[in-house]
Amino acid sequence: MQSVDPFIELNNIGFKYDNTPVLEKLSFTVHEGEYLGIIGPNGGGKTTLIKLILGLLVPTEGTVRVFGKDPVFLKEKYRIGYVPQKAVQDNKNFPATVFEVVRSGRVPRLGLFSGFSKKDIDAVEWAMEVSGIERYRNTLIGKLSGGERQRVFIARALASDPDILVLDEPTVGVDIGAQKKFYEFLAKLNTDHLLTILFVSHDVDMVSKEVKTVLCVNHNLVCYGMPQDLLKEDVLQKLYGEGVVKVNHKEQ
Amino acid sequence: MIEIFQYDFMIRAFEAGIAVAIAAPLIGMFLVVKRYSLLSDTLAHISLAGVATGLFFQFNPIFSAILFSVGASFIIEWLRHSRRIFSESVLAIFLSGSLALAVVILSLAKGFNANLFSYLFGSISTVSPSDVIVILALAVVVFLSIVIFYKELFLVSLDEELTQASGLPVRRLNFMMVTLAAVTVALSIRIVGVLLIGALMVIPVVSAMQYGKGFRSTLFLSVLISLFSVVGGLFSSYYLNIASGGTIVLVALIIFLGSVIFTKKE
Repeated sequence: MQSVDPFIELNNIGFKYDNTPVLEKLSFTVHEGEYLGIIGPNGGGKTTLIKLILGLLVPTEGTVRVFGKDPVFLKEKYRIGYVPQKAVQDNKNFPATVFEVVRSGRVPRLGLFSGFSKKDIDAVEWAMEVSGIERYRNTLIGKLSGGERQRVFIARALASDPDILVLDEPTVGVDIGAQKKFYEFLAKLNTDHLLTILFVSHDVDMVSKEVKTVLCVNHNLVCYGMPQDLLKEDVLQKLYGEGVVKVNHKEQ
Repeated sequence: MIEIFQYDFMIRAFEAGIAVAIAAPLIGMFLVVKRYSLLSDTLAHISLAGVATGLFFQFNPIFSAILFSVGASFIIEWLRHSRRIFSESVLAIFLSGSLALAVVILSLAKGFNANLFSYLFGSISTVSPSDVIVILALAVVVFLSIVIFYKELFLVSLDEELTQASGLPVRRLNFMMVTLAAVTVALSIRIVGVLLIGALMVIPVVSAMQYGKGFRSTLFLSVLISLFSVVGGLFSSYYLNIASGGTIVLVALIIFLGSVIFTKKE
């Protein structure tokens, strides 16, 4: 399994923003089928890391490869489904139905002058069904709860039939009850639909319970591996500073 | 035949008015959802500087208005993209700056104050046959651009980062949008005037949004509201002998108020 080419490969990445180093000497690979949680403090470079993978930013040092190519020039952008936090939070008054938003996920697969084909619409229907939002198809996205709107944007990402799903702080603004269902949904996408998932979060406890692999980032790579082996006090202190103690879950 | 259509200038006013009524909310929709409605007002003031220049050098003020408006829209979009200045501040600078320029040019050439008034508030009787051709042709360009790039413009309005991550040319799409806005604003000057054009691009869209329909339906509805406002406004202004630009905007406002009350919850 591990002998095949990795989906994502970062090699000695460095990124500076106005001469302030945000990321330094960061290397890791993501293979098909992984469920990776990227955690770290705010300002630690999580979002920058995601933007490098999406080709929205170019590293100042090192190389990024997605499907073996430089993501900035990757032609098959539709192979990465992106769910930005901002889109979910900022579009409460955007006058579009769930169907219209999910359908926009097909746009990267279409040429400039081509319309939506039956195949496109089928993919949209499938994405809405998998995400459990088909009953809201004609509802405005602003009328939904935070958790439901989150699913709309995931369905939007799924509509392009991606190989990788990238989620940036997806549980912000989603209430606790909905979060549990949301994690079940992601786990299902990973196991049943063999989707590779990258999940960015500051919520260490929740992520460590859900994902298969954890990557801790605070300017450089602090830890990488299985959550149960990694998220011990010394690692967390390195990540979040002295005095941070891991809180055990009630159910443990 | 109704009396109103016995006059050539009224027929021209209706032709140009209908073209503008369709183009204005199509562009306005994308500006409104991007929280960029004030761009239309800024472009209108820039067009006024263009009109003043055209009058001063004695060539068709519509062309100089389009030239100024499109040119400035590029600079505005470039400044907004560079993120050195807040986009509202960019708009404020251009709005007052171009008004200042217009006033100075007008003061250099004394004597067309009456003419200026017609550009500020619109004057349907001044629409010439060649104006009608220019307005119709460019309105068709605006309309077709929106139809062809609908799915891309929708995505870029929804989220720019998402659009960029999808591999679409966000900057070029934004430039296209502001250019189309610039053209539409310059075209609308004859009908509603510099000071009222913003209303025609924004009020029908915001009224249509009250009904809580999807993007395409809202767009369609806003065009209907705009058409009704322009046609209703032209008729009223003719029979009541009142200013056409202001009447059109007031009709749009009445529809807006009606929409708010009609769709009020509880």
